[in-house]
Amino acid sequence: MSEAAVTTQTGKAGPSRAGRRGRHGFPGFGAGRPLWSFMVFVAAAAVAVPVVAVAVDGVAGLSGADLPRGLGGMLLTTLGLMLGVGTGTLVVGGGLAWLVTAYRFPLRNVLVWLLVLPLAMPAYILGFIFLSVFDVAGPVQAVLRAVLGAEAGIAQVRSLPGAIIVMTLTLYPYVYLLARNALLEQAPGPYDAARTLGAGRARALWTVLLPLARPSLAAGLALVMMETLTDFATVQYFNVKTVSVGVYLVWKGSFDFQLASQLSVLVLLFAVAVLAGERLMRGRARFHQRGGRGQGLETVRLRGWQGWAATGACLGVLGAGFLLPALQLLWWAAGELATGPVPMRAEQFADYLANSVALATVVALACALVAVVIGHSLRLGGGALVRGAAQLTTFGYAVPGAVIGIGVLLAFAVLDDLLEALGVAGGTGLLVTGSVLGILYSYTVRFLAPAYQAVDASFAKVPPSITRSALSLGAGPARVLARVHLPLVRPGVAVALVLVSIDAVKELPLVLLLRPFGFSTLSVWTYELARENFWEKAALPALVIVSLAVVPVFFLFRQVHLTENRRKGH
Amino acid sequence: MNMGSALGLLTRRTAANDQSTPALVLEGAAKRYGTTPAVDSLDLSAAPGELITMIGPSGCGKSTALRLIAGLERPDAGSVRIAGEVVAGRTRFQPPERRRVGLVFQDHALFPHLTVAQNVAFGLHRSPRSGRRARVSEVLELVRLPHLAGRYPHELSGGEAQRVALARALAPQPAVVLLDEPFSSLDESLRAQVRADTVAVLRETGTTGILVTHDQTEALSVGDRVIVMRNGRMEQVDTPERVFEQPATRFVASFMGDADFLPAHVHNAVLTCEIGAVSTLPGWAGADVDVDVVLRPHEVALAADPASAARVVAVEYHGPFVLHTVRLASGRTVRSWQPHTVRHPVGTAVAVTVAPDTEPTLLAGDTAITSPPATGSRVKRKGTSAAVPQ
Repeated sequence: MSEAAVTTQTGKAGPSRAGRRGRHGFPGFGAGRPLWSFMVFVAAAAVAVPVVAVAVDGVAGLSGADLPRGLGGMLLTTLGLMLGVGTGTLVVGGGLAWLVTAYRFPLRNVLVWLLVLPLAMPAYILGFIFLSVFDVAGPVQAVLRAVLGAEAGIAQVRSLPGAIIVMTLTLYPYVYLLARNALLEQAPGPYDAARTLGAGRARALWTVLLPLARPSLAAGLALVMMETLTDFATVQYFNVKTVSVGVYLVWKGSFDFQLASQLSVLVLLFAVAVLAGERLMRGRARFHQRGGRGQGLETVRLRGWQGWAATGACLGVLGAGFLLPALQLLWWAAGELATGPVPMRAEQFADYLANSVALATVVALACALVAVVIGHSLRLGGGALVRGAAQLTTFGYAVPGAVIGIGVLLAFAVLDDLLEALGVAGGTGLLVTGSVLGILYSYTVRFLAPAYQAVDASFAKVPPSITRSALSLGAGPARVLARVHLPLVRPGVAVALVLVSIDAVKELPLVLLLRPFGFSTLSVWTYELARENFWEKAALPALVIVSLAVVPVFFLFRQVHLTENRRKGH
Repeated sequence: MNMGSALGLLTRRTAANDQSTPALVLEGAAKRYGTTPAVDSLDLSAAPGELITMIGPSGCGKSTALRLIAGLERPDAGSVRIAGEVVAGRTRFQPPERRRVGLVFQDHALFPHLTVAQNVAFGLHRSPRSGRRARVSEVLELVRLPHLAGRYPHELSGGEAQRVALARALAPQPAVVLLDEPFSSLDESLRAQVRADTVAVLRETGTTGILVTHDQTEALSVGDRVIVMRNGRMEQVDTPERVFEQPATRFVASFMGDADFLPAHVHNAVLTCEIGAVSTLPGWAGADVDVDVVLRPHEVALAADPASAARVVAVEYHGPFVLHTVRLASGRTVRSWQPHTVRHPVGTAVAVTVAPDTEPTLLAGDTAITSPPATGSRVKRKGTSAAVPQ
C-alpha cells in the first residue's frame, strides 16, 4: 500500500530540494501561486466579458441611436411581470413556509418536502400544459362556453396574468425554501427570548421572526426575479413582450446587433436593480446567527376543518404546480406511444437527446473543472484580489440569459474583427450562424455558480491544516491537487456535475438565442412543438426533462433534511 | 517509556549535524495584514537540535510567525534562513514545498483518505523508491506505532493520531519541525504522556523544534528556550529559568506565572516598599530611585499579626497550597502561597513580608532593570506614575 501511495516523482532528496529561486510576491496575491491565481483571474474575466461587452457596446450605442419602437410597453410589461411574480411567490412561498413551520396538520410531514417539487417543472413546460387546459380550445373554456353561452366574456388566458400565474407556480419554491430555512435556523433563540418577555405568538411573529427572515426573503425574491428576467420563452406563449423577448426577437428577426445590445443593457439594468433591491432589503443587518439554541417556534395543531383546509391549500399548489401537469404529460406521452411511433420522430428524438446529453456533459465537466481550480487556488493562499476574482465567477448566475447571449455574440464579433485584421478571411465565421462553442461558453458562464458553490462546500470541510501539511511535506501545488484536494472534494465535484448537467438539459433561452441553424436540443424541441400547439408530441421530451430535473430536488431534500437533523441534534 | 530500541534505528541527517550553522534564523521578519502588523521585526536564531517554545496571548502573532517560517505567508520585510539557506528575503521566496520544514497541527491534519503508512510516505515522494518503505517503518517504530500502519486516520485515538502526525512530519528529515499547539486537542490525562513521548522523539532525533503553546507550564518545562510574544513582538527570548525568575518586562512577569507589583524605592542600596525592606542591592549604593517590585506569591510570607493593617480578603484552596489574597494598608493587594496546613480566614490581620533570599525583579516603567538607571533622577517620577496598582 505504501508504495502505491508515493507517486513516480523520484528526485533528489534532502537539501538539494530547496535549490530553485523563488519568485517575488505580487500585492494582493498573498502567498498564493501566480500561475494558479492567474487561472482564477482568467475564469473571472471569462465570466465578466459578456456583461462588459453588452454594457460597453450598449451604452456607446445609446447616444444618438433611435430607440426601438414599443420600448415603453416592453419596460412596463417587464416591470409588471416582475412585480406580479415577485408578489405571487412571496405570498405563495412565504405563506406555505409559515404554514408548514408553525402548524401541524394532516400530511404536513410529507408536504414539507413535496412542496419543493415544482422546481423540477420548467416554466416553458408548465406554460404549455396550462394553455392546453385553460386556453380557448381547452376543456375549461369549452365547459364555460357550454354553460354561459358562446358570447360570454371569458378572461384572456394568453396574457400577463396568465404568465404571472405560471411563473409563480414554478418559482415559488425558491422563496419557500429560504423562508422556511430562516424560520427554522435563525430564530429559536430570539423567539424564545421574545416569548419569555411576554410577547404572544402573533406578536413574536411580527416583531421577531419576520424581521429576522427578511434577508432570506429578499434573497429568495432576488432569485425569482432573476429567473423571471432570464425567461423569454415561456412569456411568448402568453404574448407577453418583455425586454428579454425584445432582445430575442430583434436578434433572431433582423440580426441587428446595435438594437439587441441596447435592449440587453436595459435587461442588465433590471438585474442590477434587483441586486440593489436585495441589498437594500437586507440593509446593514447581518442576521446569520447560527447555532442559536432554543425551542423556537412551537407548532400548533390545526384540528378538524382547519387542518384539512391547510392540507388542501398545500395540495392545491402542489397539484397545480407539479402533480396534475406531470400526470397530463404522462397521459399525452402514453397516448403518443400507443398510436405507434413514427420513425422520423424517433430519429429526431435520439438526435436531440444526444445533443442535450453532449452539451450537458461538456458543460458540467467544464464547470466542475473551473470550480476545482478556483477552490484549489484559493487554498494555496491567494490574497484579497484572488478571492474577489473567485467571487466574480459566481456572478454569471445573476446575469439574465439575454445579456449573456448577446454578450457572447459581441465577444465573438470582436474576435472576428481581430482575426480579419490578422488576415483570416471571414474570421471565425461563427457570428451569424451561431455556434455550439458559443452555447458551451455561455452555459459555462451561467452555471459556474452552482458548480462553484458545491465544490466550495466540499473544500470548506477540508481543514486548512491539511493543505498546509501537504505543502510542507514537499508536495507542489499540482501534487496537492491530485493527491489531496481532488480525493477529498470528490463529493462536491459529483454534486456539481449532477446539478450543472441537469440545469444544462433544462436550459432554454441561451440555446434558443445562440444555436446554429439545424442544431436542436430536447428543450428547444419541446418549446417548438408546444409553440405550434403540438402538445401531445411535446409531452415525451418534456417528460424526460422533468424526470431529470427531479434529481437535484432530491439533493435539496437531502441537504435540508440533514440540516434539520443536525438542528434536532441527531 | 523506554524508547531506546526504536531510537537506535535512527539515521541522523548530515546537514543538521553541522553544528556551526543555525537551523533557523529570523532577521527582522515582519508581516502585516492591511495596516495591522501581525508580527513586527522578529529576530531569532535556533541552534541545531534546539527545542524552543513560543507562548503569548491569542492574537500575539504566534501563528503568523510559524506561517512565515513554513512559507505559508510572505514576509513584508526581513528574512528567514533555514539550515543556512535564505528561504525568504528581499529577492527570494521559497514556497513551503521547497523548505525543509515539518508541520504538526493541533487537529493533526492527517489525510483522511490515506492509511497511516501512506500518510507517512506522503513526504517521501522525492526520495528513492527503494528507501521509502524502510523509512516509513523506521519513523513508525520511532513513535511506537508500527502495528497501525494499515489503519485509516479515523480508526486512531487522539494520542495515536498525534504520534502519526509527528512521524509524518519527521519522515522527510526536515531541518525544523513546527508544532502548533500539538497537545491542546488531547485529554488532560493523555497530554502529559504524549508530550513526554514527543519531546523524547524530538530530542533523540536531534530535530530542531518550535512548539507553540498556550500552557505556561508546558512552555517552561519543555523548551530549551522560551519565546514570550506580545503584540507581534518577542518580549523575551530566554531560558525557562530566566523567563520566570528574571522577566524582561512587566508583561512577561504577569503572563508567565502570577505576579503582583508594588511601588518601591531604592536608597542606600536597600529596596523598600510598603511591606518594608525587601532586599539589598549591591551596586546600587549611589542610586535614589523609585521602581516597581515584582512579587510572586511563593515569595510572599504571611504571619498573623493583630497589629497589622493588612487584611486577608480572599482564600482559595488549591490542594497542596492555599492562595491568600491580602489587601495592604494602601489598598493594593498581594497574593501569597501558603502550605495547605496554613489557612488565615478572611478578615485576619496579617503581617506581610518577603521570604528571605528573594531577589525580586525591579521594573522601571514596564521594563525590568538590573542596575541603577543612568538617568536616575528623571526615572524617579516617571517610574512612579507608570506603576499600576494591583
